[in-house]
Amino acid sequence: MIKMRSADVAVIGGGPAGMAAAAAAKEAGAGSVILIERDEELGGVLNQCIHDGFGTKVFKEALTGPEYAAIYADKVRDAEVETRLEATVLELTEDRVLTVLSEEGMETIEAGAVVLAMGCRERPRGAIGIPGSRPAGVYTAGAVQNYMNLRNLAVGRRVVILGSGDIGLIMARRLTLEGAEVACVAEILPYPSGLARNVVQCLEDFNIPLFLNTTVAEIHGAKRVEGVTLASVSGMDVIPGTERFVPCDTLMLSVGLIPENELSRQANVSIDRVTAGPVVDDAFQTSNPGVFACGNVLQVHDIVDYATMEAEIAGRSAAAYVADGTLPEAEIQIKVGDGLRYVLPSHVSGLDAVNFTMRVTKPDQNRAIVFSSGGKVLRRLKQQALSPASMARVRLGKARFSDTREILVEVGD
Amino acid sequence: MTDKFDVAIIGGGVVGCAIARALSRFQLDVVVLERDVDVARGTSGKNSGVAHTGINVPTGSLKAKLNVHGAAMFESLCRELDVPYKQVGKLIVALDESQVPDLESMQARGLANGVPVLDIIDADEIKRLEPNITGYAAVHAPTAAITCPYSLTIALAESAAENGVEVMLESPVTAISGEPGDFTLTTPKGAINAALIINSAGLASGEVARMAGVERWRIFPCRGEYVILDKSVGDMITRMVYPVPPKGGAGLGIHITPTVDGNILLGPSTDYIEDPEDVDTTVDVRKQLLKEASEFLPTINPRDVITAYSGVRPKLTSASEGGFGDFVIEEVPERPGIMHLVGIESPGLTAAPAIAEMVAGWVTDKLSPAVRPDFKEGAHTAKRFREQSREVQTSLVDNDPDYGRVICRCELVTRREILSAIENRLGARSINSIKYRSRSMMGRCQGGFCGPRIVDLLIEEGVPFDELNLKGDGSWMFFDTSKGLREGHDSRTGEAVIER
Repeated sequence: MIKMRSADVAVIGGGPAGMAAAAAAKEAGAGSVILIERDEELGGVLNQCIHDGFGTKVFKEALTGPEYAAIYADKVRDAEVETRLEATVLELTEDRVLTVLSEEGMETIEAGAVVLAMGCRERPRGAIGIPGSRPAGVYTAGAVQNYMNLRNLAVGRRVVILGSGDIGLIMARRLTLEGAEVACVAEILPYPSGLARNVVQCLEDFNIPLFLNTTVAEIHGAKRVEGVTLASVSGMDVIPGTERFVPCDTLMLSVGLIPENELSRQANVSIDRVTAGPVVDDAFQTSNPGVFACGNVLQVHDIVDYATMEAEIAGRSAAAYVADGTLPEAEIQIKVGDGLRYVLPSHVSGLDAVNFTMRVTKPDQNRAIVFSSGGKVLRRLKQQALSPASMARVRLGKARFSDTREILVEVGD
Repeated sequence: MTDKFDVAIIGGGVVGCAIARALSRFQLDVVVLERDVDVARGTSGKNSGVAHTGINVPTGSLKAKLNVHGAAMFESLCRELDVPYKQVGKLIVALDESQVPDLESMQARGLANGVPVLDIIDADEIKRLEPNITGYAAVHAPTAAITCPYSLTIALAESAAENGVEVMLESPVTAISGEPGDFTLTTPKGAINAALIINSAGLASGEVARMAGVERWRIFPCRGEYVILDKSVGDMITRMVYPVPPKGGAGLGIHITPTVDGNILLGPSTDYIEDPEDVDTTVDVRKQLLKEASEFLPTINPRDVITAYSGVRPKLTSASEGGFGDFVIEEVPERPGIMHLVGIESPGLTAAPAIAEMVAGWVTDKLSPAVRPDFKEGAHTAKRFREQSREVQTSLVDNDPDYGRVICRCELVTRREILSAIENRLGARSINSIKYRSRSMMGRCQGGFCGPRIVDLLIEEGVPFDELNLKGDGSWMFFDTSKGLREGHDSRTGEAVIER
């Protein structure tokens, strides 16, 4: 039998964003908050991130992933959020009815507000189309991390890494520490995809070569990976004659993360083409009123602290929506100008200060992020170094929003 | 296990498994000898998954006869075995007026072959049926259907096993000797004695025939690559969309096929290759597939590709000869007792039930077996949760909590289905065996999330971690424990690091 119930706020996903959103919603006065997590415990991917560096912004100290997760799991418990583990949301309707499956059976939950916090998934081999054979030994970095850190299983002994995303860099170090040999990291772009600190601490400190403008042109081995052909690229195309064979038993991929918005689409939430996450305002409300989004389902973050901060706003907004039945209109449009891939949020109410997050299109130095309205500069923030690997974060005070309908954000001088 | 059988079937593809299941209705000792780690690992697992109507084959050929007959048997077979089957229909689309005569000749040939309904429709009707498809005119074949080719092959093999057939995996036949009534087949797992042999070895059928002293057939492997598009764009088409087949070509042209699981396939290419096991995918063909398919379906976006794969056709005609090669299904008079099935390429999947009926008739004529009184018809595996209505899903989980635990989120596969796949009757334990039985790891994340959880379940079910493999011996998933890697010994057992 399908059980039926209701909740003021339902949060989908018990990773860092979901935990922070659920606790914040409860603390902001929502009567009943339910947090739904498919795994056996809260924490999401933090549970397998046993390296440190989490919490430097929020707690001013470098915690491990499980330590950071534990703090928010405690907050969730202390706030008396109802937590449902090993439960999967099968369906989310436009009017916020969730269908949840667990060992206890099928259940529908009518939610006053919903917070989407499903996170992201790794881009697999097929999605980037690496040619060659299909042997064992091709893993995504997150899967290697999961096997190694949670299951005590080593996937290989000599590893080539394709892509210089942060998880790949972290795992290059981890594999090396555990006795595997990381032959090299190949990155198709002319610059690393991961944070500069990870390039230094995970590759340079261990003498692991990073080859830029380089990709895997072919995978070799019928049963298990026996090697890869690396090649230099011009743009995305292999330059003939640059191919070289690198023997290895494992190819690890760190080639990007994709927000998991299948449920968001069911709920008729507009998805941004660039971020692949929902379009939101400064309350983190999506195009469907009463549905909010935060964390990596919204945009792929560089560090978890920012995901937590935005999730707390999303949680409070959800509680406010339930209390008031509506939220202030967000009518000031944010336009993405030169040098930026995207800016979040895409429209704001102007009633509060806003922390904008954005990513630049290419590395740059000694530039500024410029906010302007009708030719008038509202804020210019000097940046010594801009990198697509880091999210830029700029605060705009409430006063700057007066008498403006549209704000342009761009990289300028 | 007896090593003396009435019938030995060489090859666990869809044809071999269909024959095995047809024979399992009789009181016969039957063995299937499959060289790979599981059934359906060759051509049968890697094709378009189409139950063809019989438009594309010359009137009067064996292919035409078995195709049309097989198509008529197909739906009920799928229903019996709980295998997906959807009669979605097919359009063969002409891009301009010059191809219209080709449509007319295909329609005439199809009707002559016994295809029940075939219409020619104009551009407006194409738009009405398939709003995203661009074309000048098309043949519309409403009875064309799609299925899941590896699910069908596995279901046939498991049903045969349920009814007493021995399925021996990782058992390539390396030599054949003896005579009718007393053949000996050499395999790495020992000698097998059989009264009759069926050579349904697909790509290796020419080689198997040579082992039996028949030199007349040569197989020309012809690779076809596919790309798979994400389910989120699966509703771009509802019917199969084919081009007018290239003249003298080796295939039906690059087509766009919806799958029973809601994805879209683009392919296959046609590339003659030397090594029949070369299932590489290539950059050039991926580009070619996307380009050619886009001529009919301009909304295709390369970003929606989730993965690519290749299958290999066992052709009887070489690249230079080209053209049509009919199925060979014959017992050679000077070497009797062995039924050779050679060149069973498209429409082999569709024809498989009819081929099985034909070959089972050959066996029963020779051995006159009694009917097995306790033949069990249906499937014995877990329900595919994702395909059930919400009501059925609810009652499944109410009766069995393992249906309430989702392991693979992308494809909505529950713990019960994974366990059912692990416990399969054939004893196949590779990761791919679980994948092909449950659809886990086949979605947009390609196992990134559920892979470790499936590994857990396999270990819980008694497979040691160092024996876990993707697709048989040598395709190891893990080299060691993490600690073992560091310390030079396996921390779980204290034994020396595994040598690989």
